[in-house]
Amino acid sequence: MKSLRLYAILYLIFLYAPIALLPIFAFNDGTVIAFPLKGFTLEWFKELLTIPALHAAVLNSLIIAVSSALIATCLGICAARAGTRFAFPGKKGILGLIMLPLVLPEIIVAVSLLVVLLQLGLPLGSWTVVLGHVLMCTPFSIAILNSAFQSLDVSLEEAAIDLGETRWSSFRLITLPLVMPGIISSLLIAFTISLDEFIIAFFLTGTNPTLPVYIWGQLRFPQKIPVIMALGTILVLASVILLAIAEYFRRRGVARTGQADAGGFL
Amino acid sequence: MKDTLGVERPIIALENVEKYYGEYYALRGISAEIRQGEFFSLLGPSGCGKTTLLRTIAGFEELSGGRLTIDGKDMKRVPANVRPTNMVFQSYAIFPHLTVAENVGFGLRREPLSRDEKARKVAEALEMVGLRGYGARAAHALSGGQRQRVALARALILEPKVLLLDEPLSALDKKMREQMQTELRRLQRQVGITFILVTHDQEEALIMSDRIAVMFEGQIAQLDTPQQLYRRPNTRQVGEFIGVMNFLPATATVSDETHIEVEAAGLGRAVIAPDQLPGGWHPGQTQSVGIRPETMSILFPGETTDRRVAIGTVEDLSYYGDMTYYVVRLDGVDRPMTISMKNLVGRPVLDRGTEARVAWDARSLVLFA
Repeated sequence: MKSLRLYAILYLIFLYAPIALLPIFAFNDGTVIAFPLKGFTLEWFKELLTIPALHAAVLNSLIIAVSSALIATCLGICAARAGTRFAFPGKKGILGLIMLPLVLPEIIVAVSLLVVLLQLGLPLGSWTVVLGHVLMCTPFSIAILNSAFQSLDVSLEEAAIDLGETRWSSFRLITLPLVMPGIISSLLIAFTISLDEFIIAFFLTGTNPTLPVYIWGQLRFPQKIPVIMALGTILVLASVILLAIAEYFRRRGVARTGQADAGGFL
Repeated sequence: MKDTLGVERPIIALENVEKYYGEYYALRGISAEIRQGEFFSLLGPSGCGKTTLLRTIAGFEELSGGRLTIDGKDMKRVPANVRPTNMVFQSYAIFPHLTVAENVGFGLRREPLSRDEKARKVAEALEMVGLRGYGARAAHALSGGQRQRVALARALILEPKVLLLDEPLSALDKKMREQMQTELRRLQRQVGITFILVTHDQEEALIMSDRIAVMFEGQIAQLDTPQQLYRRPNTRQVGEFIGVMNFLPATATVSDETHIEVEAAGLGRAVIAPDQLPGGWHPGQTQSVGIRPETMSILFPGETTDRRVAIGTVEDLSYYGDMTYYVVRLDGVDRPMTISMKNLVGRPVLDRGTEARVAWDARSLVLFA
């Protein structure tokens, strides 16, 4: 038992120590990433404010992340509703194929997409990154929304129709509010995935890099590394906050429909 | 409800209604008329099509064939949301994100009423189901019985012509179920709306209904009053499904319409009336007679009777306190039969293996031929 506990602790250190180093060096008053620490500074965070290329990359990433999250969640709603409500031929196969990008190596998806786009003669740009990110995010959206839709009683919409509402208005009045926590959770997770994603963005981005691609580019200049550390600190913090909010909404959705928690991603 | 000629018009008329899913026939030619203001039950084992029939009336399933009219109007291509029916779902389908009052008032959303009028109607509906003052509560925090009442109030607030109830009591415990049975009956008399209840519980159907349609395999086997169904089932299947019925092999001769002679194994010869042949005469079919356990009694040593008497042996018995159920085999019969006896004061409980003199009446026989 004791050795198992030790193993668990070592594993957690291995997992999180590099991330813990980010804020340490982000506040370190020195350009070399090495101990001993030289002193406390906010210099690197201030420098972040003065780089226009970085601002463009952040803006680009935000636009891509928001678009990907919206599209992936809309597709996720449709797929989850169809998957939980209706029986149709080939349902298992179709849903399985949609979920496949979850386990497919990203590099393969990225290369194939690049080949297809080049063959079609389409120009690369933010929209191609969105395309790739939707592909990556949709399985996550479906998995989250599936649990939201599954906990819904099928009779609820019928009851609303029975009481005079149309199909659409009963979806809007009954189903949508009940799965809303799932939708918010799906939007946040898809947004986070898209914001952090590097490989697809690296292959498919045009002349405007996304934030991860920009960061990768900056790693060639050693004197810029503390700035990247500062940026990384902010990104880690933002990701944790977004995922926490997403999980909060998912749990609230489960509690609201009075179902047992079947477990989410977190 | 009378038409211009003063003839009683049914609130729901089903003419040869069919529903199939691919090769599978869920409803095979259902014809029935449901009267204004009656408590009507669809009774049958699971998979007999009773819920499908209820859902076609509600408009959730389209007919594959036949005709359905509600209050004289053909319901073809009339969607569920405009039909004059409302439904209480098996799961109750209470909207969990709304309050009790919002649930009950949901159907009034599209009604041209002022806020005050709507609030008054909701309060009335809650009062009617005994949930006065519950309006502000969150719907997901209610107990099973309360959810059921909310579902009832929500369905009745639109004053439908027909209220459809899909196994509404199956999720409740025994005591609550019995209480709701009486209450549903009272409510139905009070509002005067036609109720159609789907149930697999024959006792529940007998207690609550004016008339019952017994369904097997997508067809109505018998449509009758509870008493008639119990006393004069038209097939062995119906007799077996409702209560307990003993069957004895028999041979019958029908000399004319009023004189039917039966020779039943173990009981002997008897003359019966035409109403004891509710299923009709089908020459060539294997014949049997059915008799209910409580219509017979076992005579005790020294007891005399002017009823007919058959002789048998007590094979087994189950003592229930108020009742004793005897398993008796009549002489000359292979299969034993059940006889139930009230445990009256001074009446001894017989032992296994003793001889039993069984008193019976020709009037309680039902002939299946």
